[in-house]
Amino acid sequence: MKHVILGNGPTGVVAAENIRKQRPHDEIVVVGDEHERPYSRMAIPYLLEGKIAESGTLLRHDRNHWTERRIGLVEARAVSVDTDARRVTLSNGEVLPYDRLLLATGSKPVRPPIPGMSLPEVVSCWTLEDARAILERLRPGAKVLQMGAGFIGCIIMEAIANTVGKTGGSLTVVEMGDRMVPRMMTPKASALIRAWSEKAGVEVLTSTRVTAIEANVPRGGLLSPVYKAKNTKERVDVSFGDGSSRAFDFVICATGVAPAIDYLKGSGVEIGKLGGIVVDNRMRTTAPDVWAAGDCTESTDFSTGELMVNAIQPNAADQALVAGANMAGGDARTLGGLRMNVLETFGLVSTSYGQWWGAEGGDHVELVDEAAFHYIRLEFLGDRVIGATVVGRTHHIGALRGLIQTGARLGSQWKERLKADPNRFMDAYLTAALSLA
Amino acid sequence: MMNSLHIDASKCTGCLQCEMACSYENHGIFATSKSRIKVFEFHSTGRKVPYTCTQCAEAWCMHACPVGAIHEDKATGAKVVNETTCVGCKVCTIACPFGTINYVADTGKVQKCDLCGGNPACAEACPTGAITFVDASWTGLDRMRSWAEKLDTTVKTA
Repeated sequence: MKHVILGNGPTGVVAAENIRKQRPHDEIVVVGDEHERPYSRMAIPYLLEGKIAESGTLLRHDRNHWTERRIGLVEARAVSVDTDARRVTLSNGEVLPYDRLLLATGSKPVRPPIPGMSLPEVVSCWTLEDARAILERLRPGAKVLQMGAGFIGCIIMEAIANTVGKTGGSLTVVEMGDRMVPRMMTPKASALIRAWSEKAGVEVLTSTRVTAIEANVPRGGLLSPVYKAKNTKERVDVSFGDGSSRAFDFVICATGVAPAIDYLKGSGVEIGKLGGIVVDNRMRTTAPDVWAAGDCTESTDFSTGELMVNAIQPNAADQALVAGANMAGGDARTLGGLRMNVLETFGLVSTSYGQWWGAEGGDHVELVDEAAFHYIRLEFLGDRVIGATVVGRTHHIGALRGLIQTGARLGSQWKERLKADPNRFMDAYLTAALSLA
Repeated sequence: MMNSLHIDASKCTGCLQCEMACSYENHGIFATSKSRIKVFEFHSTGRKVPYTCTQCAEAWCMHACPVGAIHEDKATGAKVVNETTCVGCKVCTIACPFGTINYVADTGKVQKCDLCGGNPACAEACPTGAITFVDASWTGLDRMRSWAEKLDTTVKTA
């Protein structure tokens, strides 16, 4: 039996390891298109901050990890998949036959259709190669514009701002939405993160659009390149929706990601309305013996029952375990993915879970301490917690997942207690869910 | 059979010796705020409940870690954080549905119970026998374990 896995991120790696555990003699090949050992994009912010070296981003640190498990790594990009003939054509011309195929190709960064996006001064923040490009441009005193204040934008702000801030440079963040991290945080929580970031010296522009980026070409003539570099400080002129224009050294584009599925055209693998691969609760696609897992899929939201692209690390791991178990001949199913995110911006940690925006017919409790940057909001439906947003607290935070995902009934007493003090969620969990108290 | 922490909340007096022992063992200071085991007090019932990781088989923390910084100690069954590898991303802290792996801002890493390598300081320090380290087949953590199964998003039927 030959298992081919497209994608060597966390999804592909966890699935491959899971298959190997259960099928000691099968052949397993993992295909990845970057010239790197399998690594984690989640670690890139820490690389940018200088907290870890590039080797610290590796998914598995033991050099022999792959050979010991007989997991073959191929460096290439999938160009097309023929689900009738059961083979994948790769960018290096090779054709890989498979018995069972896993699509774990993750996401790709999305760039807005704006003039100037292909300039070398505009870089994405997605791959290790992107991180190197950013580090190269993070010169002392650099004026940096970051497009996008979503999860990725917010998690890299600290590294960028601290590096350039110390040397007279600046970071400006521009977001089209009306607030920072709009798809993860309530308006009040966003406002706290914004105030905190501004205190740290970041300029934040929301409801603002970049309309064009132009290279600021140094004047020609007989001047030396050194003189030109010294006297032409900023390299790009950026135009905004209100007609204004400002100069920056470079632009980081973090305007979102979308499932990376271009290679599936004509494959018969169904793509859903949200742009992800359609999977059932066993992570099977619509093609025989083809599974999909992680960021490239659209799957059922545990909270709403609706479809979503749940492009987060824990979901990738969960789905990879299910897909891997099934590819190895088991019968594993998922009960749906739960939204969960954790973000740190300049030391301020924020988290959201489940249906944090609330449900119709539900109620909530919201507690804000603006001076201390503490915030907690719990969303209820009946006597169950269905969603949560927390800023400035990390302790026992996972119990919120427990409360939400078990659908534990609080009873009227504990619901009232939580409405009086939502920070007692741990006590409620121990009592109402675990019956320990 | 591996040993695991057995918690009998009815014997707990809330003396916090376990929290002191844990923080001393792992941080070299007596600071209950740094403890990996936490005693919850319920004023309405007067009950005190020591609470820490059950080393559950689902190991959400371990699977969610993007850099392979959590591994299973084959001798003790404990899920152990490698501090050198941990980048402090906190994904494990939101993935664990028990809230028993926590971020420590001072170190920029996460911490959880590792059973002290097979000789848990909390059990040793507990004067009333509320926390004991015994054969895993009859611990009071069964209730949390069965809860773990309920929480599992992945149902295995084969």
